[in-house]
Amino acid sequence: MGNKTFPLTLHLLLTLVWVFVALYMIFQYAPEETTMGEVQRIFYIHVSSAWTAFLACFLVFVGSVGYLWKRAPFADDLAQASGEVGLVFCTCVLVTGPLWAKPVWGIWWTWDARLTSTFVLWLLYIAYLMLRSYVLNPGRAEVLAAVAGIIGFVDVPIVYMSIRWWRTQHPQPVIAGGEGSGLDPAMRITLLVTWGAFLCLFSYLLRQRLWLAEGRREARKLRQGLALQTSKE
Amino acid sequence: MRNVRIILVIFAKDLRVEWRHRETLVSMCVFGLLVVFLFNSAFEPAGEEKLRLLPGLLWIAFAFAGILGFNRSSAAELENSCLEGMALAPVDPGLIYLGKMLANLFFLLIAEAVVVFAVSLWYNFSFLPSMKWFALTVFLGTLGYVAVGTIFGAVSANTRMREVMLPVLQFPVAVPVFIAGIEASTGALRGLPPAEYASWLRLLIGFSVVFLVLSYLLFEYVLEE
Repeated sequence: MGNKTFPLTLHLLLTLVWVFVALYMIFQYAPEETTMGEVQRIFYIHVSSAWTAFLACFLVFVGSVGYLWKRAPFADDLAQASGEVGLVFCTCVLVTGPLWAKPVWGIWWTWDARLTSTFVLWLLYIAYLMLRSYVLNPGRAEVLAAVAGIIGFVDVPIVYMSIRWWRTQHPQPVIAGGEGSGLDPAMRITLLVTWGAFLCLFSYLLRQRLWLAEGRREARKLRQGLALQTSKE
Repeated sequence: MRNVRIILVIFAKDLRVEWRHRETLVSMCVFGLLVVFLFNSAFEPAGEEKLRLLPGLLWIAFAFAGILGFNRSSAAELENSCLEGMALAPVDPGLIYLGKMLANLFFLLIAEAVVVFAVSLWYNFSFLPSMKWFALTVFLGTLGYVAVGTIFGAVSANTRMREVMLPVLQFPVAVPVFIAGIEASTGALRGLPPAEYASWLRLLIGFSVVFLVLSYLLFEYVLEE
C-alpha cells in the first residue's frame, strides 16, 4: 500500500534529513528563553511528542471504528500500529517532561492537570496493548481491542476535563510551562518544523509496522494454503 | 415493553444464580471490609483527618469490591458456555448488557452499603446528616463505574489472566469517576450546599450516560463469536 509511490527507504531518508534540520533549528536557530535558559529547548521535543501521541490515539480510534464497521484487516492493523507507536511517543512525553521540570520547577513530577492526564493516556495505551496480546482466541483479538480502543478514546477528553476541574480547584504552586503566553515567531517556526519531523518519523514507524502486519497476514495465509494442499494430497 | 422484560429476565437470572451459591456478594463485601481495615492500619485516620480521608477510602474500597464483582459476573458466564447461549438468544445484545449491568449495580450497591455501615461504626462517623446527597453521589458514581466495568468484564473474560486484565482496563478509564465521586462525597459529607459540588454530580451523570450508551452499542461485538 503506497510502498511503490513512496518507498519506505525514501521515507526514512526524508525523516533523517528532517530530524537533522529540526535539531539544527532547536539548538542554533531558536532564540534562548530568557528565564529558563538552554533547558527550555527540550520544549520542542516534548510538545511535538505530545501532539504526535494524541494524533496516534485518534488513529487508534479511527482504526477501531473502521474495523468494527468494515471488518477490513487494514483498519485493525492501523489501530494496533498506532497504539504501539503512540505508546512510544507518549513515553517520550513522560520522559522529557520530568527532565524539563526538574531544573525549571525544581521537582521531577507534580500531579498537575496536564501531567496527570498524559499519564492516564499512557496507562490507557498500555491497557490497550496488553489486551491485544492477552486475548485467548486469536481471531477475537481484533474485535475486543477495537471495543477497548473506542471506549478508551471516548474516555480521554472526559479524563482531561475531570482532572482539569479537579486541579483548578486546588491551584498548584508551580508556574505552568512556557507556552501559551505568546511564542516568539522563531520559536513557533522551530516548534512546527520539529513537529513535522516527528510526524515524518511517526508515519515512517507506522508504515513500517503496517508493512510487518501485512507480511504476517500474508505468511499466515500461505501457511494455511499449504496445510490445505498437503491435507488434500 | 418487551425490551424491559428482556432486561429484567437477565437481571433476575443473575440474581437467581447469585442466590444459589452466594459467592460473589459475600466476597465483595468481605473484600471491601478488608480494604477498609488495611487502610485503617496504614493511616489510622482520626479527628479532622477523618473527613479528609474517608471519601477516598470509601471509593477505593468500592473500586476493589466492584472489580471482584465484575470478574465473577463474567467468569460465571464462561462455565457451561453460558455466554454462547446468551449470544444465541434472539434478542438485542445491548439488552443483555443492560440486564447484566443492572445485576452488577445491584450487587455493588449492596456491598457499598455494607462497607459504609462498617465505616460508620469503626470510625464513629454518622453518615445520616448528609445521607441524601451522599447516597446520590455514590449511586451516580457506581452507575458510571458499573457501566464500564460490565463491558470490560465481558471483554477480559476472553483473555488470559483476566483477573489482571480487568483492573488494568478498568481503573484508568474510571479515573473521572474516582475524582468526581471523591470530590462530591467530600462536599456532601462536609455538609456543603449541593450547588458547590453540583458540577461533579453532573460529570458523574455525563460519564454514566456516555458509557451506558456506548457499551449498549458495543456489547454486540463483545458477544459475537
